[in-house]
Amino acid sequence: MNTTKLETKNYNLFYGNFHALRDISMQIPEKKVTALIGPSGCGKSTFLRTFNRMNDLIAGVRTTGEVYIDNKDIFSIDPVALRQNVGMVFQKPNPFPKSIFDNVAYGPRVTGMRDHKKLEEIVESSLRSAALWNEVKDDLAKSGLALSGGQQQRLCIARALAVQPSVILMDEPAASLDPIATLKIEDLIHDLSQNYTIVIVTHNMQQAGRVSDYTAFFYTDDTRTGRLVEFDETNTIFTNPKDQRTEDYITGRFG
Amino acid sequence: MSGRMVADKTVKYILFISAFLSIVIVLAIAYFIFRESIQAWTEIGFSDILFNKVWRPGQDQYGILAMVVGSVAVTFGAIVLGVPLALGSAIFLGEIAPKWVQNILRPAVQLLAGIPSVVYGLFGMVVLVPIIRQIPVKGNSGYGLLAASIVLAVMILPTITSIAEDAIRAVPNSYRSGSLALGATRWQTITQVVLPSGRSGIIAAIILGVGRALGETMAMIMVIGNSVVFPKPLTANPLTLYLSQARTLTGNIAVEISYATGVHESALFATGVILFLLIIIVNASARWLINRQSSIQTTRQ
Amino acid sequence: MINDKPISRFQNDSTMMKNLKVRNTTQSIWFSIMWIAGFATLVVLLLVVGYVIVQGGKVINWEFLTTPPRGGLSGDGGISTTLGTTVYLVGLTLLIATPLGIGAAIYLIEYAGEQGLTSPVMRVVISITNFAVETLAGIPSIIFGLFGYALFVSTLQFGWSLLSASLAGACLVLPTIIRTTEEALLTVPDDYRRGSLALGATKWQTLHKVVLPAALPGIITGIVLSVGRIISETAVFFVTLGGSHRLPTSIMNGGRTLALHLYYLAMDTNAFDKAMGTGAVLVVLIILINLSINVISTKLTAKVRGG
Repeated sequence: MNTTKLETKNYNLFYGNFHALRDISMQIPEKKVTALIGPSGCGKSTFLRTFNRMNDLIAGVRTTGEVYIDNKDIFSIDPVALRQNVGMVFQKPNPFPKSIFDNVAYGPRVTGMRDHKKLEEIVESSLRSAALWNEVKDDLAKSGLALSGGQQQRLCIARALAVQPSVILMDEPAASLDPIATLKIEDLIHDLSQNYTIVIVTHNMQQAGRVSDYTAFFYTDDTRTGRLVEFDETNTIFTNPKDQRTEDYITGRFG
Repeated sequence: MSGRMVADKTVKYILFISAFLSIVIVLAIAYFIFRESIQAWTEIGFSDILFNKVWRPGQDQYGILAMVVGSVAVTFGAIVLGVPLALGSAIFLGEIAPKWVQNILRPAVQLLAGIPSVVYGLFGMVVLVPIIRQIPVKGNSGYGLLAASIVLAVMILPTITSIAEDAIRAVPNSYRSGSLALGATRWQTITQVVLPSGRSGIIAAIILGVGRALGETMAMIMVIGNSVVFPKPLTANPLTLYLSQARTLTGNIAVEISYATGVHESALFATGVILFLLIIIVNASARWLINRQSSIQTTRQ
Repeated sequence: MINDKPISRFQNDSTMMKNLKVRNTTQSIWFSIMWIAGFATLVVLLLVVGYVIVQGGKVINWEFLTTPPRGGLSGDGGISTTLGTTVYLVGLTLLIATPLGIGAAIYLIEYAGEQGLTSPVMRVVISITNFAVETLAGIPSIIFGLFGYALFVSTLQFGWSLLSASLAGACLVLPTIIRTTEEALLTVPDDYRRGSLALGATKWQTLHKVVLPAALPGIITGIVLSVGRIISETAVFFVTLGGSHRLPTSIMNGGRTLALHLYYLAMDTNAFDKAMGTGAVLVVLIILINLSINVISTKLTAKVRGG
């Protein structure tokens, strides 16, 4: 059996009076790729942001229940420290308007790294891990915004890796990319899962099937409250779902 | 063509003329001020007007250098005093203040911008000048560059605050979440990402503040003392420069125009030409920076 | 492809926690400073407004508001004629500036687009117009004063008069009215225009039956802003309106507004209490104007959201 990296118990989330996530309990295994799938508005992205406490930044958000990382209550950890350990890649690539080098060095720098030699090593190893090094190694002073969409997203992945997290959250990381760039990101996710626990939100069924080891299906009814319907190995979810709604969703998407 | 079509066309031309009027006014302002100043340029001479330290219309001395120094010194003082407070308030409003505090502070900044300059001038005369007069330096009357700088700092505060806040708010939220997600604190996010991204707009805000400061007239007349001496420190301590009386370019025009005639009047218009050109340069550079900022941000999208 | 041994930056948890503590403390200190800056701005406002209203309030009574000033160097009397002059000047200036400003804005937003697409000459004219409006907005008021003095007072021989002052004042507030009206027109959804045009209305009919009513609150905001601008303005009128303390009986007469009166009291007389009283009246007027603008814009946003 795998070690559990992230865990929620009876987790609920409210935006003001709106109950956005109900009673979610799940265990996310270490160094695996876990995909969160489900129709839009089912709360899967909100659930993802729970693990680096980005929801804390939204006014009016309230939660109940328990969330753990490495068996530690995440609400007892300083959110800044938590985010050093739990990196995030966003739906739209969001490099800073800085050079490629400064983008990747950003995380180490804000966490106190001044040694330029060491920063160079970190930038190189992060860019290599993000499969971007060969494309940009001669252009590190170029603005991150000058890269193509797919390269920007890999830069954002490198930027997240540079902080040396153990978990990487990905919120539809390929949603705004073309098919070839998407493929590169998917390969990268696969490679990264050897060293990192990855949780990825995706709308794309095939993508979930291709990249993930585990899949969680979220669903919502007319109340728009999101629930976890089913969580299992990706194979099982796709070939032999236990819940009728999961099967409908998956087969519906596959046409 | 039916009647209402004719009406439609007529309306269009009337509207076009009103739109065109702005160009006419700008050209007319430039034309009239320049035309009235020609006599001064020809009779006194360009370099005498700009570099002569003495302004004494009775003796045909028309150098505006003392007023240029006065305007620059008071603007500098206002920037030094006002900019930190204004930028602090802008960062506070844009990034830190809870909603309810914003809802109090923003109208307050707006009101600060609306208060007539003579009211600030009066406040300076009645409250600031007596306080400054307490500083024990020989020749200190209370009126002078310090009083004027403080009054002016308050007057440019709302301009800089609101434009800088706009620049800060225009920074895409994705930069903020990107930075926070990397384990930066909110303050690090502000200093490392938000302020550098909004830099052009923030600098533009300061430049527009400079424009506002150079153009301010009545409040300056009321507190700066208006003596046409070349401002210099009252003692060996260079800081006492700010206790010196002075006169601004704007004040020079306003105080003397109503009785000036001939070359004297023309020299005042020449002062206006210099001021006009200064402000156009200042504002154009601010506008350029603001446009550059918005084009950077649109390229990103 | 993956580095097996990532470079470790923190020797252990305790160095990381120390670093975190430093960063959090830095943040607390700077956030406190920013709170102080925001608070200081508020204090400055309260100090100025509070002082002027409290001190000025002492001389304000019915008599102060309804008696004319004595004039000259005495500082005696009230402010009635200066209130009257202010009202005249605001009225006359807006009479000139409002139609021109609104007209210009309508042209720039509603007509210029289609023209610009067809003719390159028009495109240039329009961008020059926009540049001119920007430039006007940035010109300091004493320059408007000089211009008014040269053109209206001297060249056209209108003398120091309501007419000269309001013409110069109109140039001053024109960009305010143009810009706010433009913004108001831009918030009117294009569907309104298409709907009306589709029913066979002409462009102008569409504008004044559909678009302008929808933009009205925004346009009014611009006018109210201009009222505030004229009430506060001193430099322009200092050199175009003369300074007589009597109520003008025609547009060719000079006079003094509240703000000008305050200036004369403060500079030429020792009646600082009366000057403060006049200042208090001015400040109260400006507060009322700001309040009404906020009320209008709140209504406006509510309407935009609702519709």
